[in-house]
Amino acid sequence: MQDSQLIETQNLVKKFPMGRETLVALDNISLSFSKGEFSGIIGPSGSGKTTFLNIIGTLDVPSEGNVNVLGAQVENLSHKEAAQLRNRHIGFIFQTFNLLPVYTVFENVEFPLLLQGVPVDKRKQAVMDALDWVGLADRAKSRPNQLSGGESQRVAIARAIVKKPSLILADEPTANLDAENSHNVLQTMVQLNQELEATFIFSTHDEKVIQYLRRKISLIDGKVVKDEAMDLVAQPS
Amino acid sequence: MMIFKLAIRNILGAGLRTWLNVIVLSLAFVTIILSIGINQGLVTQISTSMIKSEIGSGQYWQANYDPYDPFSLQDAHAVIPGDIEDLIEQKKAVPVLLTQGTIYPQGRIMPVFLKGIPAEQAVLQMPSAALGTGDEELPALVGARMAKSAALNLGDTVTLRWRDKNGTFDAKDAVIVHIMNTTVGTIDNMQVWLPLTKLQEMMGLPGEASLVIVDENIETVPEVSGWDFKDQDFLLKDFRELIKTRAIARSIFYVLLLFVAVIAIFDTQFLSIFERRKEIGTLISLGMTKAKVIQLFTLEGALHGFLAALVGAAYGIPLINYLARRGIDLPQSSDSFGLALGHTLYPTYSTMLVLSITVFILIVVTIVSYLPTRNISKLNPTDALRGRL
Repeated sequence: MQDSQLIETQNLVKKFPMGRETLVALDNISLSFSKGEFSGIIGPSGSGKTTFLNIIGTLDVPSEGNVNVLGAQVENLSHKEAAQLRNRHIGFIFQTFNLLPVYTVFENVEFPLLLQGVPVDKRKQAVMDALDWVGLADRAKSRPNQLSGGESQRVAIARAIVKKPSLILADEPTANLDAENSHNVLQTMVQLNQELEATFIFSTHDEKVIQYLRRKISLIDGKVVKDEAMDLVAQPS
Repeated sequence: MMIFKLAIRNILGAGLRTWLNVIVLSLAFVTIILSIGINQGLVTQISTSMIKSEIGSGQYWQANYDPYDPFSLQDAHAVIPGDIEDLIEQKKAVPVLLTQGTIYPQGRIMPVFLKGIPAEQAVLQMPSAALGTGDEELPALVGARMAKSAALNLGDTVTLRWRDKNGTFDAKDAVIVHIMNTTVGTIDNMQVWLPLTKLQEMMGLPGEASLVIVDENIETVPEVSGWDFKDQDFLLKDFRELIKTRAIARSIFYVLLLFVAVIAIFDTQFLSIFERRKEIGTLISLGMTKAKVIQLFTLEGALHGFLAALVGAAYGIPLINYLARRGIDLPQSSDSFGLALGHTLYPTYSTMLVLSITVFILIVVTIVSYLPTRNISKLNPTDALRGRL
């Protein structure tokens, strides 16, 4: 794996037992992602997008093949090592936001730093900075149930970026948002990608997202059918 | 520390559900402590009354004396030996002569025990002095229960009949000089107390007694031939057996009470894991290990116990203090329980009692909180994120 590469998969296969049958969710996928990419795995439901993201996010392990994420072989990681890798270097953004309901916005964003044991002063500063980036500093004391969908997703983004991770994985991040909120959220992500140089990998079939991507990897039935770099000029501003 | 903070945040954030569990559990805390305190008070109160009014630190029984054998009672007497006489002279023991008799209150016949006791004794807490103050030829002292059942009033004359040492019947009128209020039924029901010397004279048994009661503060007594010393443990054995039998019933009540309380915690934990599986997936995706998630959920459950202890203390300590000071009024019918209970029961509590019950309940709550969380270790994070178990 080259130094600039953050992720490399070689002959990645993921199978799930389905009764007596076996479902091949990912079939022999070899891909690599470099630092600062703004890429997307696109394809219809059931094509294996989320499974791919789960494996490179160390939430799941491959059935066959090798997956190297930030220098660590995913298939060899212990549960604890995988948790550490996620905590320090990987941020997740989910379709349904997955905010912790009893926590305030501030506490939700603070959570990854609490796990890292960051001192309280630094933690507070980092959380407010992250909320500033997503434009929600004034909602720090609100609870998730007091936020709109767009605001919730921006809190989820703040939580993903607060620890300044090398890799941010976004699974259908706009699926529960209207067009306006989708564009706002995506513009925030583009800006963060440029400012933080974090690598963004999306899983999506949403055209609104696709038009922002600089690299599109099309997945159908667990196989990569197309991997194309997009013209930066074509991105919406 | 981080887990502790998160657990606090989570259970306080859960709002009403947390407080309902805490209140139910605090009720269990307070009720169990209150109930054990009442029982301890009951045991202490009864045994203290029995020791002070009847048992002392123990009793010398004349070799033939058997309180459960009415046929041998007539022969259960002997001259008090020197060693015991010394204790009596030092006011460390009191002799009692006992025989069966009959009284004839208002034309009725009633079997009784006639008991002779020195009027001047101070070993037992009973108003025997009343037997030595008047100029009646045969003064008699009875308890309130006895007076009620025989319809005797202060100053009444009642005919006594008994058999002397030769088995010859004799009879005499006695005057009721005092009616004592005592919680100890065994010195009251069917008992007529007479001056010892009078009863000895009536039976032709000068200097003799059936039993000698030793002062409660005397720890060691000499062995005396022909007289068996029965210590407190022996004399309280029946009472303690009774308490032990009741303890089984009480334990079932405690277990049921605790079960109801912890089932609420178990249910909450179980539902919590089910309802919060997406949250568990999120925690894992944010970098929390499964072990930490299990710790977090277990601690959340255990914290219900701590909060319940605090809430229980807030209303339980004043309540317990009030009851310990004021006592619990017992109904008049409590006399018929056959226990030396009195009309007010004072619960007794020790710090050790409260602490040990609190710690016990906390341990139970923690175990019950942990059990459902074991499912987390089997949870696939990707399934959890999708809200599946």
